[in-house]
Amino acid sequence: MQTLSAQASLLQQSRIKPLELVFWLLAFAAPVLTPSHALIINEIAIVALFAISLDIILGYTGIVSLGHAAFFGLGGYAAALFAKHVMPDPMVGLAVGIAAATLLGLIASLTILRGSDLTRLMVTLGLGLILMELANKLDWLTGGADGLQGVVMGPILGRFEFDLSGQTAAYYSLSVLLVFFVLLRRVTQSPLGATLMAIRDNRLRAMSIGIPVNSRLTLAYTLAAAVAGAAGALMTQTTGFASLDLFEFHRSADVLLILVIGGTGWLYGGVAGAIVFKLMQDFLSSITPQYWMFWIGLFLVVLVLVGRDRLIRPWTWLGTGRKGQS
Amino acid sequence: MLTILFDGVAYGMLLFILAVGLAVTMGLMNFINLAHGAFAMAGGYITVLLMQRMGVPFLVCLPLAFLGAALMGALLERTLYRPMYNKPHLDQVLFSIGLVFMAVASVDYFLGSSQQNIHLPVWLKGRTEIGSDPFMLGMGHYRLFIIAVCAALTVALQYVLTKTRFGSRLRASVDDQRVAAGLGINVNLVFLSTFAVGSGLAGLGGALGAEVLGLDPTFPLKFMVYFLIVVAVGGTSSITGPLLAALLLGIADVAGKYYIPKLGAFIVYSLMIAILIWRPQGLFVRKAGK
Repeated sequence: MQTLSAQASLLQQSRIKPLELVFWLLAFAAPVLTPSHALIINEIAIVALFAISLDIILGYTGIVSLGHAAFFGLGGYAAALFAKHVMPDPMVGLAVGIAAATLLGLIASLTILRGSDLTRLMVTLGLGLILMELANKLDWLTGGADGLQGVVMGPILGRFEFDLSGQTAAYYSLSVLLVFFVLLRRVTQSPLGATLMAIRDNRLRAMSIGIPVNSRLTLAYTLAAAVAGAAGALMTQTTGFASLDLFEFHRSADVLLILVIGGTGWLYGGVAGAIVFKLMQDFLSSITPQYWMFWIGLFLVVLVLVGRDRLIRPWTWLGTGRKGQS
Repeated sequence: MLTILFDGVAYGMLLFILAVGLAVTMGLMNFINLAHGAFAMAGGYITVLLMQRMGVPFLVCLPLAFLGAALMGALLERTLYRPMYNKPHLDQVLFSIGLVFMAVASVDYFLGSSQQNIHLPVWLKGRTEIGSDPFMLGMGHYRLFIIAVCAALTVALQYVLTKTRFGSRLRASVDDQRVAAGLGINVNLVFLSTFAVGSGLAGLGGALGAEVLGLDPTFPLKFMVYFLIVVAVGGTSSITGPLLAALLLGIADVAGKYYIPKLGAFIVYSLMIAILIWRPQGLFVRKAGK
């Protein structure tokens, strides 16, 4: 009887709630309702996908990474190069981008298994910089600092052409986001996801109850890399352009911020953060285009000083601060 | 070849002075401070502004850069950094990235985004060459000056850390904060002064390095990685570790850029990742007591 009720309560958590359906319906209706904002909806979808990929390693597995843009950029460049030199079909290009990022993630996961937070931070940061350096120096392939131009995408599934207003692109990105979201939702609520969270909370204890820590970390990192690669591929496919900007450090920092705004360890956190972040960026850069960086910095400092978990719950601001935060 | 070695040593010494404050504060408070480069930039800009706008001589600017950055460090430590010490690493990373972004944007706003130049006094501009062709050693006087200043500072730091009362307090606080506090050491004051001195050294390094490394608003972002490499590879428990790591990094970087310019910074990053996979706690670590 005990096991049954435990099972029931676990299943209860993973059930799809009506609000989620409403949210996704709204998301898919948005490009039609406000056609003029289709471009930014497309961007939000891509950034949201990127953010939930980081959530897999940061929120669920507890690895602080400053170089997640490496996978984003690699996926983007792979998809763009594939479209330019081999065939312009977006779906195949997406698969190529994901495959490239997965491969890199698998190799790179060897580097995050050992060491402290600082070591991991350095290694992930270094990886991002190496890839940026590579893309910069291999200019015969990537166009170097000028970026890769002349990427022409074919119609999606041979039917839907990319249009200038970005509606097709928005639907394309939203669909890919939905597919990965459902997939990751399934993964994080499976026993596998529970073991990842156990590793995050107490690595030693996880090891002693028989969770294969290293192989789980590898798996989570590779999965996150694959999803980040997909986001990168979407980015270059919908803009038709790949540049060094994909690998930039501020991209890794931005995605951390996005995830933190929405809340870590919660897949909707990435999506919510992406919406807030992009709208804020749109708004602030229309006022002060050049100094957007200052405001984002200020926001980060205030966010941390107030406390990340309290910012999204304004009613706790006036209460007494919680003690014993570790 | 010797010239490259010489330039590498000068570069490494400079990196050491820039990063040593970071190494000590990171070891002391287990705080990941990505904003360390901002203090170096402050020192650099103080020097540039004083020299250009007020005509203060270069040698007077250096201690002023140190003082300015140290004051800034002390102020920020007292107001913003202190609540951060017990937060998780993710929070610290976010916080210090935020500070870097703010520093970069505000310098850009007030002083413009162009590269700043320092006009060195004449006696530092020359160059001496010794030896014949294959083993020729060309020494820029300014680089010689950098090496001399940094070496003197290193010796002084080592002396303070190992021989003075403050040094032993500092080491005690690094080893175990709670026991040190229990023995009546004012750990907060030790933290504050160490942070200030570390920031001041970064400021001095920034002032010295403005000529060699270049100075523009993105300085903290560009060199953040280098500082972190020094600390991560050298370890945080002594100052000889970061010193050796900084020299290694300086020589590798200069030699790499000279012999294989195509690969650029690639070598340094790959070397760092390889070292960190091989020895995650850093190359030169003493066996920790804890």
